[in-house]
Amino acid sequence: MSETVLEVSALHKAFRTVHAVDNVSFTLAAGGSLGIVGESGSGKTTTARIIVGLEHPDSGQVQIHNRASTSTKRSIRTDRLRRAREVQMVFQDPYLSLDPRITVGAALREPLALHFPKTDRPARVAELLDQVGLGEHLANSLPRQLSGGQRQRVAIARALAVEPAVLVLDEAVAALDVSVQAQILNLLADIRDRTNISYLFITHDLGVVRCVTDDVIVMRRGKIVESGPTTQVLANPQHPYTNLLMDSIPRPGWDPRRLSNSPSR
Amino acid sequence: MDPLNTLDIQNLRLRLPNTARPVLAGINLTIRARETVALVGESGSGKTLTARSVLRLLPPGAETEGTVRVNGEDVLAMAPDQLRRLRAGTAAMIFQDPRAAINPLRRVGDFLTEGVRLGGGIRAAEATARAERMLTAVGLTSAALRQYPGELSGGMLQRVMIAAALMGDPKLLLADEPTTALDVTTQAEVVALLGDVRDRFGTGLLFVTHDLGLAAAISDRVYVMYAGLIAETGPADELFAHPRHPYTAALLNSTPRLDSTNKRLAAIDGQPPGLQVQLSGCPFAARCLYATDLCTEQTPTQLPVANNTKHLVACHHTDKWESKVVHV
Repeated sequence: MSETVLEVSALHKAFRTVHAVDNVSFTLAAGGSLGIVGESGSGKTTTARIIVGLEHPDSGQVQIHNRASTSTKRSIRTDRLRRAREVQMVFQDPYLSLDPRITVGAALREPLALHFPKTDRPARVAELLDQVGLGEHLANSLPRQLSGGQRQRVAIARALAVEPAVLVLDEAVAALDVSVQAQILNLLADIRDRTNISYLFITHDLGVVRCVTDDVIVMRRGKIVESGPTTQVLANPQHPYTNLLMDSIPRPGWDPRRLSNSPSR
Repeated sequence: MDPLNTLDIQNLRLRLPNTARPVLAGINLTIRARETVALVGESGSGKTLTARSVLRLLPPGAETEGTVRVNGEDVLAMAPDQLRRLRAGTAAMIFQDPRAAINPLRRVGDFLTEGVRLGGGIRAAEATARAERMLTAVGLTSAALRQYPGELSGGMLQRVMIAAALMGDPKLLLADEPTTALDVTTQAEVVALLGDVRDRFGTGLLFVTHDLGLAAAISDRVYVMYAGLIAETGPADELFAHPRHPYTAALLNSTPRLDSTNKRLAAIDGQPPGLQVQLSGCPFAARCLYATDLCTEQTPTQLPVANNTKHLVACHHTDKWESKVVHV
């Protein structure tokens, strides 16, 4: 068993009367890949945002390298910077996550200037672009000159700039066309092979989960309903909700009418 | 022209201002009554414009050639009042995002009855009774008539949109990515409902989607589009099991599937050509593993696969490669 990089214990978060995250605990190994699956309202995105530090939990802890980095109070600047160096996030929509007026190069230099003031920035920017399969010449481009797939590569490069231990990908391939989605999924697999980075993959797509994760958690209404090694959960789902999710995936011979009468929904 | 076709698109070409190539470069597509036809393609392939051209909902400055016949009448040549009748009754469209397609300040009941009341000849009470029947048909109750869109979930709202589409007693339903914005379990419900509606009202259904798995699961026939052309068309199960166009095969192979053991996906290198790129020959040639000089020189014509006139493919080399689908 390899070293644990991320440990989440007994997280709770409520928005007024809605219990968005209800007693969620899990661990992520260094170099591992964990998927969180669920539908809208399952609490998967709120969990991710708490881990990154964009939300504060009502109770519970997020530990990275055995160090608690979430206080229930608002974190101070050094805490915030340390967290950003350890955990980075890639968002769903590459059309919204990049500043339209900032070039690709500048977007990559910004986290470098903040976290590693002494680094040779032009060289590192070139290295990052190469790592995500983009040419160095794109450093001077604005986001609007790039395709959706290229933008998502830039967002990944920006997240990798600080060499985080954990990369949180919140539906990071959901907005892409399948042919481009496959390129990005393969790229992410390559990066994990080369570095010791860990992935937390938030998605609604069980096909994506099968491709890129070692372990999986199924969430529903804020709670974990099933968890385990991905191959095992997908081959032999125990919870009726996991079964319903799997049966909902269209395939030849699929009969959605039978499904909508199933008792587990 | 086959008089049995509810929708008959022949050689449709569409050009937009300030573009280097036509967005639609000669589309042929037919749908019969009670038939579900899926139109599959990636962003920019022209699938949405093909669907919208059936209602002549075209962007400003669009120039069209060819014919689009609904129930035998050419939509592209219709007079304004004819076109209004078509949109209010004969053909109805269901859009991807139900929240963007409904006025949030009006009640669901007003939204449902507006079209038929403006269409004339029907009294308010009659229209409301019809709205109630349609809401029941889509699995909602008449209580929804008094509700505002904001009070309904995305799945319920998409049911309202389907009810609205049925109000004018259409012969043809056009559904443009109707489940893309929905959760998977809700998607299954809406797809089941569309199937019910088709059986019950005998409509033809054009289902536009980027999801080849969904297309294969729900449709009788599939059209695969790439850069404004139909790359391949055929019966859903055949096309899914034995794709004869390299693009169809590549799409299938790049989809992360549950019933496979491959961790690595067969991605298609590059990206679809933009509208500012002049195309010569086969539009897929630049990304195709089997492309030769012939492919960049000559646009392939649609030919039957093994003399099966239902399965057509536009590829110069379709008999020279073995269709390798990595699933199962």
